[in-house]
Amino acid sequence: MSADTATPTAAPRRRRRRSVRRLTGRDRVVITLMIIVPLLLDIALIWGPAVATVFLSFTDAHGIGPIHGVGTQNYHVVRTIDPEFWPAVRHNVLWLVEFTVIATPLGMLLAVLLDRGIRGSRIYQSIFFLPVMLSLALIGIIWEVVYSPQFGLINGILHNTKPGSAIDWLGDPKLNLWSVLVEATWRQTGYVMVLYLAGLKAFDPALREAAQIDGANGWQLFWKVTFPTLRPINIVIAVITVIESLRAFDLVWVTNGGTNGLELLSAMITQDITSAASRIGYGSAIGVVLLVISLVPIVTFLIVQFRRQDER
Amino acid sequence: MTVLAPPESDTAGGTPAGRLHPPVGTRRSGRIATHAFLIVMAVLWLIPLLWTVYVSLRPESDTNQHGYFSIAHSLTFHNYSEAWTQGQLPHLFWNSVKITVPAVIITLFFASCVAFVVARFSFRFNLAMLLLFTAGNLLPQQVLLAPLFKIYTNVQVPSFLSDSGELYDSTIGVVAINIAFQTGFCVFVLSNFMRTIPEEITEASLVDGASVWTRYWRLTLPLCRPALAALATLLTTWIYNDFFWALSLMTTGKNRPITSAIQNLAGEFAQNDNLLSACALIIAVPVLVVYFVLQRQFIAGLTLGSTKG
Repeated sequence: MSADTATPTAAPRRRRRRSVRRLTGRDRVVITLMIIVPLLLDIALIWGPAVATVFLSFTDAHGIGPIHGVGTQNYHVVRTIDPEFWPAVRHNVLWLVEFTVIATPLGMLLAVLLDRGIRGSRIYQSIFFLPVMLSLALIGIIWEVVYSPQFGLINGILHNTKPGSAIDWLGDPKLNLWSVLVEATWRQTGYVMVLYLAGLKAFDPALREAAQIDGANGWQLFWKVTFPTLRPINIVIAVITVIESLRAFDLVWVTNGGTNGLELLSAMITQDITSAASRIGYGSAIGVVLLVISLVPIVTFLIVQFRRQDER
Repeated sequence: MTVLAPPESDTAGGTPAGRLHPPVGTRRSGRIATHAFLIVMAVLWLIPLLWTVYVSLRPESDTNQHGYFSIAHSLTFHNYSEAWTQGQLPHLFWNSVKITVPAVIITLFFASCVAFVVARFSFRFNLAMLLLFTAGNLLPQQVLLAPLFKIYTNVQVPSFLSDSGELYDSTIGVVAINIAFQTGFCVFVLSNFMRTIPEEITEASLVDGASVWTRYWRLTLPLCRPALAALATLLTTWIYNDFFWALSLMTTGKNRPITSAIQNLAGEFAQNDNLLSACALIIAVPVLVVYFVLQRQFIAGLTLGSTKG
């Protein structure tokens, strides 16, 4: 199947769809059930909790016992006392910067090179795509074997596996965020590549030919012709980049539970809530911070996607 | 790396005849540079996995004696059988099946229901519903954790559905959150897909007096088979790969699906990278099967959702 099948037919939408009023009673019940069951589940487990997080963040809720309102105290503690909060914010930002500066351009470059129909293009694509299939937790384990100070590949190549002097790639708090970002890039690059390849497929080769006749070189061709026509997919990829860096969790959790140089907002929330102390109110406050930030890319995505639909 | 399922034929794109090319000289040197770059990148990309395979095939005695960064004196599959039994992997795989299979089926059912109604009937709330479902899937999972934890530890469930007597620490709880979380994305993709099916196809049946259910189940769903196949592939991989829900909403280690059990397994095999590598590769087998057999479906699903409105 090709992605092109998703392009709606030109027929105007409004005329095609029937009003609910003309249906029989039984049909109306069926339609209501088809909508209401998934909707209730979505509200109960997604949007209800998303809203409830905001309320819980103003309370001292724990795993058990009564809940009391505490005003903005949780936010105050998060902002001024919690020693992990600002490092976590910094790490999330670094994650985003790395994805924006390295993973995304690299994925785009691979896509552009592979789209030119060079020999072995499919094999290259499959190789770069392989990490996208693996779970992030598994990627964390695979790289532990590569990074291992005494037994790993990298220190083996560096000829330094002596305990004490060997580089501890995942243990050294000055280093481990970068080591984990390499793991994340290993996966993200292939993801971006596949999305761009799909975008490039829709690109009209006649445009390229016209530019080549006009004497454009490869560099000009890309920046002046290809890149601007990929605008919709550029936006989607920008949104995915932001969301993926806010969602970053599995890699740091598998590595050391999100501590010692690998603090992230997502890991802080999980620690607060799943630990024995079960600080639900406090974890909610950090959750609200993450929620508010993530609404920016989400709203952007919705506007772009649904405006495009309206244009059709 | 030779059994690769070909990705979509024109993604790779053989150069169409008649396309203009720059002069021959620059073309050849450019092509050599491109290949050199791609080969270096491809090797770099494969090294972590190849290293893991290599370590997993070496007996512990060999690596103890010669170190890990050395030529292997013997290779064996012993580590795999050892990891398989010692890590109780069959049991953990079964846990994953119990979560993934119902979650994929119900998600596709729910999503196609909503998508059908949204695509075929004019409701005042159509757009709002689409937005609601689509946006929910984009939230970071951790944002929902605090209230979910509260809900899951307070909702009672009959004991034949949950050993713990509540949603928390139960398979059905993890299935439910996976369904709720993934339905949004599938509604988005399927409603777009259903709009591409010409209305005339169901028009005729309407004259014959077909009910809404017949039009959905007998007429629309069969036409959605390509999209459903792509989504099923994607969902199976995603839900199998999900680490977070079972990690945070289950506490009994032996009930967790295999991906969420990875951390415990890593702790268990911490002293033995050979076993750890073997274990990691066994866990990767289901997605590697998808990779080799259904890569096209997977990529189709991925790009359906993200590149087409």
